[in-house]
Amino acid sequence: MSAFLMFLILAPLLAVGVAFNILGAVALYRFPDVYTRMHGTTKCTTFGTLFIAFGALAWSLGRLAATGDGRFITMALHVGVAAVALLVTNATGAHAIARAAHRSGVGPRQAVVDRLAEDRRKGGEA
Amino acid sequence: MNVFLFSWSAGILGVAAVLVLGRLVGGPTIPDRVVALDTMNTLAVAIMILLAVVYDSVVMVDVAVVYAALSFVTTLFIARHLEGGTGR
Repeated sequence: MSAFLMFLILAPLLAVGVAFNILGAVALYRFPDVYTRMHGTTKCTTFGTLFIAFGALAWSLGRLAATGDGRFITMALHVGVAAVALLVTNATGAHAIARAAHRSGVGPRQAVVDRLAEDRRKGGEA
Repeated sequence: MNVFLFSWSAGILGVAAVLVLGRLVGGPTIPDRVVALDTMNTLAVAIMILLAVVYDSVVMVDVAVVYAALSFVTTLFIARHLEGGTGR
């Protein structure tokens, strides 16, 4: 596989990944409260890092096709493991932070209705 | 060859991580800081994967996996502490 063809595959993947990661970083400043910030950053950085992992996967598969070195199979597998670990842990961690933030009394700003707070005020274990 | 793409991406993501540092230091509430820390951890994992390609070392990807797991444990620990009291 020629280097130019590899460039045509790698450049869009890495560009999408870097763009979404930067959008996630900017979202921390452009949103008013914790929940909307979390919505912006978690989704954008997870998606962007997934695409960066795809870029590393494509690079190692391309090197494998070019050289036939078994080291690049290991690299591709480990990048896949990293992507799966990131997908699982980011979603769960964001949910835990949101739950803890609401329970510690940090409410959503500029929100018209907060059904979870209403339910908990009524005494239900929400 | 195409490695410069990965090194430049890592540099740009480093700038983004420094950008996140502002919210980590000056966040109004503690959950804001936790969200910023989580974002920085994800960015660090991305930078580690990129640098693994740049330096052509598989070990750095393993470090990224362990870092992701440890940051998850940290996030859960801080969340449990924020909720207060015993676990349910």
